Amino acid sequence: MTTTIFNVSRRQFLQDVGAGGFALAVTVPGARGVAQQLATETRAPDPFSPNVYIRLDPTGDVTIVAHRSEMGQGVRTALPMVVADEMEADWSRVHVEQAIGDQAKFASGIDYVDAAGPQNTDGSRSLRHFLQPLREAGATARAMLEAAAAQQWNVQVAEVEARMHQVVHRPTGRTVGYGDLVGTASEMSVPAREQIRLKSPDAFRYIGKEVPIVDLFDITTGQASYGIDQALPGMRYAVVARPPVYGGGVASVDSAAAEAVGGVERVVRLAETPPPSGFAPLGGVAVVARNTWAAIQGRSKLDITWTDGPNRSYDSETYAAQLEAAVAQPAKVIRDEGDVQQALAGAARRVTADYYVPHLAHATMEPPAALANVADGGCEVWAPTQDPQGTRGTLAAILGIPIERVRVNVTLLGGGFGRKSKPDFVVEAALLSREVGAPVKVTWTREDDIRHCYYHAPAAQHLEAGLDDEGRAIAWLHRTAFPPIPSTFAPDVTYASDFELFLGASDMPYDIPNLRLENAEAAAHVRIGWYRSVCNIQHAFAICSFVDELAHTLGRDPKDYVLSLLGPPRHVDVTRGGVDPWNYGDPIELHPIDTARHRHVVEVVAERSGWGQPLPRGRGRGIAVHRSFLSYVASVVEVEVNSAGELSIPRLDIAIDCGFVAHPERVRAQMEGGAVMSLGNALVGEITFREGRVQQSNYHDYRVLRLTAAPRETHVHIVRSDKPPSGVGEVGVPPVAPALCNAIFAATGKRIRRLPVGDQLAS
Amino acid sequence: MVTLRVNGVQRSYDGDPAMPLLWYVRDELGLTGTKFGCGIAQCGACTVHVNGNAARACMTPMGAIEGANVTTIEGLSPDGTHPVQRTWRDHSVPQCGYCQSGQIMQAAALLEEHPNATDEEIDAAMTGNICRCGTYARIRRAVRAAREV
Repeated sequence: MTTTIFNVSRRQFLQDVGAGGFALAVTVPGARGVAQQLATETRAPDPFSPNVYIRLDPTGDVTIVAHRSEMGQGVRTALPMVVADEMEADWSRVHVEQAIGDQAKFASGIDYVDAAGPQNTDGSRSLRHFLQPLREAGATARAMLEAAAAQQWNVQVAEVEARMHQVVHRPTGRTVGYGDLVGTASEMSVPAREQIRLKSPDAFRYIGKEVPIVDLFDITTGQASYGIDQALPGMRYAVVARPPVYGGGVASVDSAAAEAVGGVERVVRLAETPPPSGFAPLGGVAVVARNTWAAIQGRSKLDITWTDGPNRSYDSETYAAQLEAAVAQPAKVIRDEGDVQQALAGAARRVTADYYVPHLAHATMEPPAALANVADGGCEVWAPTQDPQGTRGTLAAILGIPIERVRVNVTLLGGGFGRKSKPDFVVEAALLSREVGAPVKVTWTREDDIRHCYYHAPAAQHLEAGLDDEGRAIAWLHRTAFPPIPSTFAPDVTYASDFELFLGASDMPYDIPNLRLENAEAAAHVRIGWYRSVCNIQHAFAICSFVDELAHTLGRDPKDYVLSLLGPPRHVDVTRGGVDPWNYGDPIELHPIDTARHRHVVEVVAERSGWGQPLPRGRGRGIAVHRSFLSYVASVVEVEVNSAGELSIPRLDIAIDCGFVAHPERVRAQMEGGAVMSLGNALVGEITFREGRVQQSNYHDYRVLRLTAAPRETHVHIVRSDKPPSGVGEVGVPPVAPALCNAIFAATGKRIRRLPVGDQLAS
Repeated sequence: MVTLRVNGVQRSYDGDPAMPLLWYVRDELGLTGTKFGCGIAQCGACTVHVNGNAARACMTPMGAIEGANVTTIEGLSPDGTHPVQRTWRDHSVPQCGYCQSGQIMQAAALLEEHPNATDEEIDAAMTGNICRCGTYARIRRAVRAAREV
């Protein structure tokens, strides 16, 4: 069984990039042993492998290892492309190989990067954390190839230069191909990091250019392979009936009818994990069969009596009222600057508003699915996981086997959005494989996915502002309440963690002398998880909507008003208010909260969208700006609402400053897609519970945005920036929903304070 | 016993006639380009051609397609150069790619039947196919471009 994804189509390279054929692997400086190890694992003759990312064969083929998970954001292209560029490799001769999960192997040596898990593909971190290490990896290979050529020719290294897969001796014009340098380069010692010379940006061949994604041909021909597509000889297919209420279990099960279904082989009890269940499976009853359909049919014939447990009364309407009551009262102070109460009391004008967002489910097009083979004391899985290292550790712990005996192969992900950073479904496959003594693929149906998600938290927020005689905001009170993500992993967690509050609330950038953020308690009754952009969803919605409300209260242009609230360009110091800046795990000195960058994206998006130009009746524009994952994004949404209350979106503009841009085409794609997801969240997205059970089941009642509802025009504006790279994958989501709702207000006078918009415009 | 042709190959099937074509092509034939998304014809990820028409394989029972000619994404073009596949690449449509087989099969069936489909007809035909990555703007562009081919 081959353990790597080899999806790169040579034909596609030929079509898109030019002629050639080659592969290269990069390793960590000093890791000479890796080359030999790789060589013995693969084939003779030995490749040149200066680090864990690069392997150069004597044929001239280069293999570049993609160590982060591909879920549509483009990392399997962008990261190897960075390596290839610095290495002066011919992209058409590069194969991309997907890495297995291995914490130690991909450690970067940068503390905050390794703390996040070097392969843990979430938090919009891939480029911001690995641009530099991968540039160095590629440049290391280039330097060694140059040195090898100089040695072969017996000339000064200063006289040679790597250029497009060969090294040139400048004085004579003599050249040698990379493949012919493998032997000599492999004998050389890896230069120290300080000696590595990176390319100057004007010499980039691929970085910043339009490079098609490496899986493009395979995707368009049905060859791309996801978790749900995996197979092994002798594999069984399984689906699982899980407790309908979080924390519930099986009181009794009669499986006779299920076992009578043709193709069903086994019915297996899976132990429940009491809350907080973390990454462990929910338990229930599995049906193992000879194909997926038989398993599904068998499951429908199970006669299960469930116990529901303490979450049996969870009810979304009641819960929303509780959250709203909680934020009506003073709560735990998180950030406090000046004296809010006094400033509010003395304000010429006070404005208050309350906002609510519901549970959301990721609903990735590929539902959770994984293949596992537990045999001979080891475990091998093939899974669409965002976090192969975490998956590996979880499997080892739950199966009770050494981590070295667990191998996690990462497939393509049919969407991730945070759902696939949790390996519960992979563990299910492994437990079942161990039980039946054969490889088992677990497939979640869409109903399973909608009903057993790690949900985005519902949130209630209270905003209150005090304005002086001239309309300046002198006081700002923000209370937020939502069940915290850590409640999924530890008991009795009811207050939000610092990181969740820094997702758009405690890092609020507006220049207001008296401000306070408070957090009210909220107990969780379901698994709460990360969902693309996480708490920025609710915080950006409330804050950006409230800023718009203030502008309209004062009769000011919302764009001008947001600029005035941002104040003069400055670095926001949240420590003044008692906040320790989590800052998405990165140093605040490297990525300050820089209001000049907020201002710039606002100005760009306003200008490009035609902000301020007249619109026909029934149309309106809304604007919002938000920093998340260290990037700055502003959006202008234009809506049209007809007399029946039907909404359409003629145009959407989105401007992003994400610092250094490695792959502009994928940045545009992420902005387009993030906007669509945000619009879906805002317009139709809602998961509700009654009697502890999810009321939705599939795409007909848990709705997501469809093509006819998508903006008729989308314009992405990437701001030129000399700053270090920052997040892209999630950052398009936060500002779009409030920009949409602000546009609805401009078009109709109707203020949306509760999501989804649903039928609120129909009245 | 059901006999049918899949991508030009004659096949016979004698299992549960209620089994959807989706699981037959995926689990029995190993043609995994056709994707499972919802199981109730809500998302279009499983779209194939049955006798030339776009069909949701997840709701097409094997017992209902005796003698049918089925084309999956793997059989759309011998070398991946169907006009829709080409414009999909030209416009860099896919993100995660999971829904794109279904999108492509839907678009190919539409243009086969209506080579001059209007923009509105394209929207109407494609809106049954969900893309959670939100590639809709590029899907529109790619189908329109394929219309010109």
